[in-house]
This record gives sequence, structure tokens and C-alpha cells, in this order.
Amino acid sequence: MKNISLQINGKNVKAEEGMTIIQAAEKAGINIPNLCHDERLKPFGACRFCMVEIEKNNRKKLVASCCYPVEEGLIVDTNTKDVEKIRRILAELVLSLTPSGTHVEIANQLGIKESRFKQLENPETPCNLCGLCVRYCREIKKNNAVCFVGRGVNRTVTLVPGASDKCLSCRECFDVCDAGKIVYLVDMIQEISCPPLKSSFKRSD
Amino acid sequence: MEKLKTASDLEKLRKNLINKKNSKNTVVSICSGTGCQAYTSENVVKAFIEEIKKQKLENKVDVKRTGCHGFCEKGPVVVIYPKEICYLQVKPADVSEIVTQTLAQGKTVDRLLYTDKKTDKKIVTESEIPFYKNQKRLIFGNNRRIDPKDIDDYIALGGYKALTKALLEMKPTQVLDEVKNSNLRGRGGGGFPAGRKWETTRNASETPKYVIVNCDEGDPGAYMDRSLMEGNPHSVIEGFIIGAYAIGSNQGYIYIRQEYPLAVENTEQAIKQAREYGFLGKNILGSGFDFDITIHRGAGAFVSGESSALMSAVEGCVGEPRSKYIHTAISGVWNKPTCLNNVETWANVPFIINNGSKWFSDIGTKDSKGTKIFSLVGNVNNTGLVEVPMGITLREIIYDIGGGIPNGKKLKAVQTGGPSGGCIPENLLDLHVDFDELSKVGSMMGSGGMIVMDEDTCMVDVARYFVNFLADESCGKCIPCREGLRHMIQILDKITSGDATEKDIELLQELSEVVQMASLCALGQTAPNPILSTLKYFRNEYEAHLRGECPAKVCKPLITYYIDPKKCKACGLCLKNCPTNAITGQKKEPHVIHIEKCTKCGTCFDVCKFDAVVKKTGEKKKNKKEKTIVAG
Repeated sequence: MKNISLQINGKNVKAEEGMTIIQAAEKAGINIPNLCHDERLKPFGACRFCMVEIEKNNRKKLVASCCYPVEEGLIVDTNTKDVEKIRRILAELVLSLTPSGTHVEIANQLGIKESRFKQLENPETPCNLCGLCVRYCREIKKNNAVCFVGRGVNRTVTLVPGASDKCLSCRECFDVCDAGKIVYLVDMIQEISCPPLKSSFKRSD
Repeated sequence: MEKLKTASDLEKLRKNLINKKNSKNTVVSICSGTGCQAYTSENVVKAFIEEIKKQKLENKVDVKRTGCHGFCEKGPVVVIYPKEICYLQVKPADVSEIVTQTLAQGKTVDRLLYTDKKTDKKIVTESEIPFYKNQKRLIFGNNRRIDPKDIDDYIALGGYKALTKALLEMKPTQVLDEVKNSNLRGRGGGGFPAGRKWETTRNASETPKYVIVNCDEGDPGAYMDRSLMEGNPHSVIEGFIIGAYAIGSNQGYIYIRQEYPLAVENTEQAIKQAREYGFLGKNILGSGFDFDITIHRGAGAFVSGESSALMSAVEGCVGEPRSKYIHTAISGVWNKPTCLNNVETWANVPFIINNGSKWFSDIGTKDSKGTKIFSLVGNVNNTGLVEVPMGITLREIIYDIGGGIPNGKKLKAVQTGGPSGGCIPENLLDLHVDFDELSKVGSMMGSGGMIVMDEDTCMVDVARYFVNFLADESCGKCIPCREGLRHMIQILDKITSGDATEKDIELLQELSEVVQMASLCALGQTAPNPILSTLKYFRNEYEAHLRGECPAKVCKPLITYYIDPKKCKACGLCLKNCPTNAITGQKKEPHVIHIEKCTKCGTCFDVCKFDAVVKKTGEKKKNKKEKTIVAG
């Protein structure tokens, strides 16, 4: 592996070729907020909280640090005005989607108490669609029991029909879910597949 | 069909085809593009075949179904060669007259000719009609002269000449240099130099390499790729094979939308015929180069037009974009080097090879070379597909080619670049259309949509329409695009209902800027363009909505219908047509609209012959104020 040196927030950082900016930053003890990054999984680039500003050939650019590969001599700034502007709006957007999850912490750190956007009406269960459960199940467990359905604003996470056996005995994705949706989904299968022994149903006579 | 093994085989075939075609002097070419087919052009074709048989002219006259001619406003279009007599809006009932007069006696049928609005004169030949005269039809020109289902038509017009030249006289690097020197830029939207993209894929170390034609055109109102793929598929295929040769790829994919059945059908047929002649397959024309094409049909997602999403779809996955920090030219389909270009980009290649890069780069502006096909739609007299050299002004396109705005209305704005393009105001009409000039004013070339809007258009409503479209088509993977678009619509809804404040506009602006900066793919990054460009040029309209007024009187919550008692003749037409019985009135008595029952459908406005029904705006806030005064 080739060694690469880059600069993050003015600090000289050493990284290995093939690493992403966020990995190099974590190694150097610099925290970049995010919802969908997990060291064990392939880069996804969906939450966009990890956007940073890079400088290359005297040109500045905003990139998702969880996907951008490190380059020799790259200059990275994780706290510019634009970066903060992005994080603030994203935090407000996710707050209006669901009240629990990692984003609440990020919002607190930014001093955001309330979202200026209209709260989503009748949210099913808390989920910020980070996709960690889907990707963990697919990439690590190779079970493909959790998936996304729907497009755009109708996107949601669900369990693949017929895969419930695996889910009941596995439950490993619970650890990656910050919002609580996946726990709810698996609990629901449990209820359906293991009904209470005594029925509360009473005959009228 | 016999396989052609050498260049001289092809030239021999071409000679035979030209001789064969010359034996029948007259050709009736009938546009069978999707637009004219919708006008039942197939019935016109059948009527011609029957009538020609009846009048015993079949040995002299050939009937041909061709690709889209472009003048869709006046379809079905019929052109009679060699004199190039052009008849517009031809119906089956007109056919016997055309056959008797024109085909048998050589006279024209004047009533079916184009009438020049300025001079009131009839124009006989197609190329003299202002709509065509002011265009430069390079890529699109052969559409009207060939039957897309017949490869022989394309060959007779010099087709596959560029392929023999590239494969047998040039090295792949020479082909690459020619395209690089031509400065051809991708016609799909971004305008990235095609030659540089080819070179990146060529130089990538991984193998095999793939090439792709992107025919996932999904912009509302845009259909130039469709018409090219339907009308002249061989021009795209020829350019595609040449590109594959330069790049070093042996497998290509043509990605066509499921919604374009005729394009799929004609491309399938074209590939089959090209294989039979040996333009595809092993050892093409004895050059030692192998290449074949597979058609991949899209499943109906707009976002699949984005290159990385399209490649996911080709792999059989959901069409969702991926990060492109490592370019798809290096790591694309199945992580192999993949060169993707738009239909029109590939179709330019044979022209560059035949005529040289110098010839090509003499057309256009400093950094945008060649021509561009636009689909000119909206409030313009001549709707259709127009091909113009880069650098032409918007004014020339709209007034000289498009024939201006109908009904004497004033032009308000031109929207270019598809849903994620921007609105250009009337005072920038002398802008020279090319990739960079359009970006400078906050719009973009996109794939070539051009929507003309007159004074009756509400720009806030336009922004809302496009944002709505994009929200429907967002894949939902990244937060800024999915959630951002959801809230952009909510805020725009609030504005068009007259319930918004200055703070909402500020939030909309801030949100738009973030979505532009932070989204994963180009769909999200450009999605706020309709809002940002209308905010830039038409902020006054947004502000009017805050006051409860819609200046163009479009936004339903902000308008009321009212009958002017002085103009009303009590004819009862509005009363009869009102679907909600909201209008009352007696004979000889001015009619009245009851606002509480009115759904603002506009029927009364449309049917009134005396202009007595008028739209008013600004009443909503006024009423509120009055009510509070009364209550207070």
C-alpha cells in the first residue's frame, strides 16, 4: 500500500492509498458528522452530512468525504461556511422527518432547536433512511432480508417477505439503527409469527 | 443480404442501390415519426399506396415511410421528390387529389402548401419554408430522406462510408485524435468533451471496456433523441461502432426508454440489418475488429438517464446514482471502464470522420462546436424539432424558425435544459446559445429542451411544475434531493396559495442553494435551477404572490372569476357549461358567478364569446382584511 499525505484542517495526516477522506480523518482523530458511514461497509454517500471542502489545483470543491478517495497533497477543510450551511439545512430536513436518531445530536451541536421546515404528517416509525440496516444485511450478513422500497419521497425501509426467519434469529442490524425503525419491523414479525397462546377473542354466547 | 467483407463490396452495393433507386423517379416521402403517427399518418400512407395503384403509377412512384421531419406542428408532413414539394397537414381525403394533380400531371395542390404569414405567399419546396430555411440540418437532415427500417436507404445516401474510412484507413488513435480535435462536446447535458472521455476509457488499464448509447431521454417536452433513434438509427450505430473502435471496446449497449416503443423497434431492426451486412459482429469489413450491440430497455425512471444510475440499471440493479469521484470512464459497468455518450453525440461522429475535424470545428462558437437539435415547444407558432449551429441567438430560434408567439401575445421567458434547466427572461433573448453562455445566465443546454412561455405564464407556477416533476423522479437515495424537494414543493405550494411570507422565500433560497451544493448526482444538483433562475429574474412575481396576487392570473387560490355586467349579453352559454352550477341568471339579465360554488375551472372564461368573464387576482387578501375590519 502506498502512503499518502494530505492536510485536514491544517493538520498533516498520513493515510493509505484507497482510503476515503473520512477514514483518514477518523484515524487522525478528526470527527466528521455523518449518518450513513460505517467502517465495515462500502461507501454509500447518501446522508451528505459528511460534505467537506477540498482544494486541488487551486480550485475549491465540496465533496462527500465518505466517498472521496485520499490524494497526495489534498487540502481538506471540514468546517467552512458552506459546509456548515449544508449541515444546518440537512439537520433541519431530517428533524422534520423524524424526531430521533443521530441527527438530533448533530442538530444540538449546531445549536438547532427546531426545524424551520414543516413536520412530516403521520410519520410511520422513526427512520432517517440512512440505509445502514439494508447495507449491513446485504454486505456483511449476505442475507438481503432488509431492503428499500419506493422512489423519492416514498422511499422506505422494509423487510423482504419470506426472510423473517433469518431476521428473528439474527437481529444484528439493531446495533446499526439509531432511529429504531428496524427494531419495530422485526418486532412486528415476531408478533405475527408467534401469536400469544391464549386468544383474547371471546364468543358472544 | 450478403455479408460485406471489404470496402469495395460496400461501394459496389452502394452503386447498385443508387441505380435501382434512380429507376423510380418520383418518391412520396411521408413522415412516420411518433408525432405524425399520432396524426394518423399511417392512414395517409395506405391511401397513397391504394391511389397510386388505382391510377397505375406504381412503376414510376415509390412511397416511403420516413423518420420525423421535425415540423410536428403541421403534421402529417408529405414531401414529393425530386421537386421537394411539401404538403402539410395531409389527410387521407387529400390523397387522391395529390396523386391526380401532382403525381400524374405535375401540378401543385396549393391549399396544402405552407403559407408564409408575413407575405401571405404559398411556399412549394420544403427547404424554402422559413422553419427549415433558417436551420442547419446536419445530424437531423437525412431523417426525411430515408426509411429507418431499411438499411439500403442509409447506404445509398453514403451511409457507413465513415466506418470503412475509420476501420480500414485509420488507426484507433487517429480516430480518437480526430474527435478530440473536433472539440465535440457531449450532447446529453453536461457538455463534457467527448474525445477526452473516450481517451480516459481507452487508457484505463482494466478490461473489457464497454461503450453505451444513452437514449433515456425523459425531459417533459423533449423528443430529439427519440426522433433520431426512430428516424435514423444507423447514423447513431455507425458513430457508435467508430467510437468503440477508437476506445478499444468490443461490446456496446444502447439504453432506450421503455416508453419509446418505435425507437426500440427501429433500433432492433437496424442492428439486425447491420449484422447481416457485417457492420457488426466478428472481423467487421475485414478489419479484424469485433463489435456487437445489445439493447437494454429502461424501466421508466428519469434518473436512469444519469450515467452512473444508467450503469446500475444495465447491471440489473435499481437505477440509483453512485458517487463518481472515480469517473465511470474508468470504473463504470461492473466496475470496468465504460464510455457513455448521448444519442446525438454518437450521431455526430460519422460526420467528423467523413469531413474532418477542421470542417466540424468551423461550425459553432469558440468552445461549442457543431450543431444542436432543440425541441422547440410551448407558446410558439412552429412547434417542432430544430437543428441549429451553436451560437445562434434565442431570438433567431424563436422568431425566425419558430415563427414567434401565437395570438399576438408577448414573450415572457424561455426555459432551456429540461426540468432542471432555468428560465431565461425576454431581455436576454439575444444571448448566443452554447454550453457556456446558457450556464452563465443560470440555465443549461441540457439535452436540448426549449419551452417558450408567453405573458400568461406564472413563473412561480412554472417553477412549481418542474420541481414537482423532479420530486416525482428523485430516486430518494440522498437527503438533500429527497427531503429538499419535498420541502421545496411545500414552500412553493404555500406561495402559490398566497399564504407565504418573505421568510418562506428566504428559506426556499437557502434550501435551494444547499440542495445544489450537497446532492449526490446531477439530478439533485440541478433540481433547484427552476427556483433559483425564476427567483433571480422574476422575484417580483414571487413578491406579488406574498401580497395575494398572481400577476399572470394562473394560481387558482389567488384568482376569482367575475362576469362584467356591462359586457354580458345573457346568452346563457356559461350557465349551461358550468360543471358546478355556480352561475345564475335570467334572460336579458347579466349573469352572476357565485364564488362559494365556483371551482375556478375556467370553463366560463373559455366559452364566453363576448369577453364578459374576467379573472381577478388579489381578492383573497383583500377579503381577509375586510373581514378582520368587520370583526374588529
